[in-house]
Amino acid sequence: MRGIEAVIGLEVHAQLKTKTKMFCGCPNSFGQELNTFTCPVCLGLPGALPVLNAKAVELAVRLGLALNCRVHERSLFARKNYFYPDLPKGYQITQYDSPLCTGGYLDVEAGGETRRIGIRRIHLEEDAGRSLHDEACKRTRIDFNRSGVPLVEIVTEPDISSPEEASAFLKELRSILLHLRVSEGTMEEGTFRCDANVSVRMPGDSTLGVRTELKNMNSFKNVRRALAYEISRQASLLASSRPVVQETLLWSASARRTVPMRSKEESHDYRYFPEPDLPPLLVDRMLIDRVRASMPELPSERRRRFMRQYGLSDYDASQVIATPELADYFEECCSLVDAPTDIAHWITTELVRVMGESGDTPLTTRVRPSMLTALVSLVKAGRLSGLMAKEVLGRMSKTGEDPAAAMEDLGVEQMGDEDEIRAAVRGVIDAHPDEARRYREGKTQLAGFFVGEVMKVTSGRADPKLAIRIVREILDS
Amino acid sequence: MLDKARRFRTEDLSPVDELERLLERCRASDLNAYITLNGDEALDAAEQALQRLDEGDDDPLVGLAIAVKDNICTKGLRTTCASRMLADYVPPYDAHVIRLLRRKNAVIIGKTNMDEFAMGSTTVTSAFGPARNPWDPMRTPGGSSGGSAAAVAAGLCDAALGSDTGGSIRQPASFCGITGLKPTYGSVSRYGLVAFASSLDQIGPMARSARDVAVLFDAIRGHDPRDSTSAEAGCPPIPLEGMDLRGITIGVCRSFFSEGLDRDVERSVRHGLAVFEDLGAKVVDMDLPHLRYSVAAYYLIAPAEASSNLARYDGVRYGLRLCDERDLMEMYLATRSAGFGDEVKRRIMLGTYALSAGYYEAYYHKASQVRTLIAKDLREAFSRCDLLAGPTVPVTAFGLGEMVDDPLSLYLLDIYTIPANLAGIPALSMPCGFDGRGLPIGLQLMAPGHREDVLLGAAMTFQDHTRYHEVRP
Repeated sequence: MRGIEAVIGLEVHAQLKTKTKMFCGCPNSFGQELNTFTCPVCLGLPGALPVLNAKAVELAVRLGLALNCRVHERSLFARKNYFYPDLPKGYQITQYDSPLCTGGYLDVEAGGETRRIGIRRIHLEEDAGRSLHDEACKRTRIDFNRSGVPLVEIVTEPDISSPEEASAFLKELRSILLHLRVSEGTMEEGTFRCDANVSVRMPGDSTLGVRTELKNMNSFKNVRRALAYEISRQASLLASSRPVVQETLLWSASARRTVPMRSKEESHDYRYFPEPDLPPLLVDRMLIDRVRASMPELPSERRRRFMRQYGLSDYDASQVIATPELADYFEECCSLVDAPTDIAHWITTELVRVMGESGDTPLTTRVRPSMLTALVSLVKAGRLSGLMAKEVLGRMSKTGEDPAAAMEDLGVEQMGDEDEIRAAVRGVIDAHPDEARRYREGKTQLAGFFVGEVMKVTSGRADPKLAIRIVREILDS
Repeated sequence: MLDKARRFRTEDLSPVDELERLLERCRASDLNAYITLNGDEALDAAEQALQRLDEGDDDPLVGLAIAVKDNICTKGLRTTCASRMLADYVPPYDAHVIRLLRRKNAVIIGKTNMDEFAMGSTTVTSAFGPARNPWDPMRTPGGSSGGSAAAVAAGLCDAALGSDTGGSIRQPASFCGITGLKPTYGSVSRYGLVAFASSLDQIGPMARSARDVAVLFDAIRGHDPRDSTSAEAGCPPIPLEGMDLRGITIGVCRSFFSEGLDRDVERSVRHGLAVFEDLGAKVVDMDLPHLRYSVAAYYLIAPAEASSNLARYDGVRYGLRLCDERDLMEMYLATRSAGFGDEVKRRIMLGTYALSAGYYEAYYHKASQVRTLIAKDLREAFSRCDLLAGPTVPVTAFGLGEMVDDPLSLYLLDIYTIPANLAGIPALSMPCGFDGRGLPIGLQLMAPGHREDVLLGAAMTFQDHTRYHEVRP
């Protein structure tokens, strides 16, 4: 299908990180017991009325400004009407023909070039509850804890031309949501969800082809796969002069293909009309200016600053800014010890690993920045080998001890005594006469092999720098 | 009502005895004015009120028995909206107005009959059978707040709350010979009022006199942060002594006295206007060109909002549920088919149609534009007068069986009351005479937004000089 052009537009839903729900005072919180965070408003009881959460508006304004949108001082809420058991009022409060933000863009890097993706609109709406289907006993339970959780919907222009670009856009957008502290942005938990509109056309065509809507792509990987599948499906239809049918398709991750949604489910007429229970949403200039003035650093800016200020590589900088909490952790470490590259390395590999094991975040891990920098300093001073330091870090993460205490508990202390190391080196050389011969014949790279063996027999306690010096000394003499 | 409040303090009248007497009367009545009587809880409240009186609480509402339309949520007391759908529904919370009344130690005596979900003007659509007019039990008390109006007129309570979306307080007030106020949109919280048409609904007081209405209105009005359409500032203090009508200009819409107006009604209303003139008011004729589109606009906007507001009655979380062992669609269809009566279904269908893709522009959108023009007409009229006056309804109470199968004729009877809802302005109906059969006739007054002080002040003065409101069935 070479030469066929794909045209992709994305619709992203992100849950906003507010304390309370969009239209009532219930906690906006995840993973609690079913139907505990509910009230007459989010259960849609007769007579209950919505009251807008001002914090949700502020977060949406922040996102709108970050995505270079025009934030409208007056926008409207509307009702989207449809029946579904987890939609308690029989309509969703959303924004329709008068959204909060319009006309923005986001620059993303994909395939070595920067692409500008247009943002058509960002609007506020409420989430529905969750249906929990129990196939075994053919019953469905409904959890309304999610009902009324604030969402932003971000709609792009059809400016995306490949699955990779779509993925790059989503990652950048997610990173912005995290760094602005607007949303948690976890796709798997559904706090960050994405649908796509896809069509194909011959290069040079100015009109758009018939599009299909893709749903149910619940990870970045699935977005790439689903888009790639759908583009090639449409391309082969085009190649054989068969028409693309405008329809809604569900991505089946297990079958790795798209399947049409039942027509009954998609033939909705949502009967939008202005929400009479809410006055027009007025956002005054002062609020917009205040949000603009207090805007946190965007991830792209922070990455560039980390490269400039700390001399990190593009790769390391990208790793360190994976989440704002990790980036803050990094900066705190750097304020304590001037070794940014080592710190970045320790954070993005070992700290991330131990946090993963204990289920912690940079905010909750027992390894505080001062403790990590102490560890890095010990390694740099040659008092700990890298191998031992990893073990010490594991201990620190479990017990919350500082490196000195953890080392004592583990009985590890770098072997600083030269004679002791010299004895170990001799033992290793004696045990490997072949390698010793080959070294002497010129294969000097084998020095590393001997150091490795020395580390093994000393359980990693030897200072590797000292060990390599002694290995060379003995073999070169 | 105010007389009783005085006697609670000056004589040995006890709110507990009074409540028992009223409950007795209610049980003996065959007007079907109440759907649910509040027995024990009301007596507890009356006991408490007695204590408050002993402590010297001077709020006029202490111990008075207030009947509440059955679309206003009362915690622990079933709230049915006169529908099979909610026949057993007990709200877990009090509407804002109920909270205010309880705080003042008023007694909620019961929940009154109404048209199903407030859709109708007869109470004939009630799933609990029609309420009857105390002036003639074979006639309708009007609707949709017909139960509240009948209860007030028959002395089955001291005052009542109703709700008015297109005339549902004023029309039954007119048919039952009492005074009823539809306040400015936003002046009384809708929190806990089961929604019919959210942009039009407003809770209001119904009582024997404008003075009683004013006192009850004062008790329930005010800003409520839980209703986003609630106004921050309301009307100025209401003068309970009435007002000097000299220098006041009352506009009369010429088209209100045209074809379809009953002769007796016309005669009584013109007589009422003459009373105002005698009291010093200037009466001037006016033209409000867009008001004749009121009924058409209303019967698109109200059903459209209703179709959405009533979507929540789906059998999933509360209320009626049928056929839940089969599939979801079947459960929806069975529940909603059995739960709603014909008039409610008719309006849901009308509203769904008016909002449908391809029809929205021609119907809902156009109706909203007409609404804006009507509001503008009224605003301009009020630049030339202080109040507008006319009949409340073109006719007097008709037989219970009449017009049941003629929705269009019924809708057309709302012609005088609907403009106030579309424009969000306050309006009241008060008795101004009787027809040849001795049935009461109502006169409607409208005022600019948040000028209930003028509206009620003028009505009080009118009643200080007439006796119509004192005649009992």
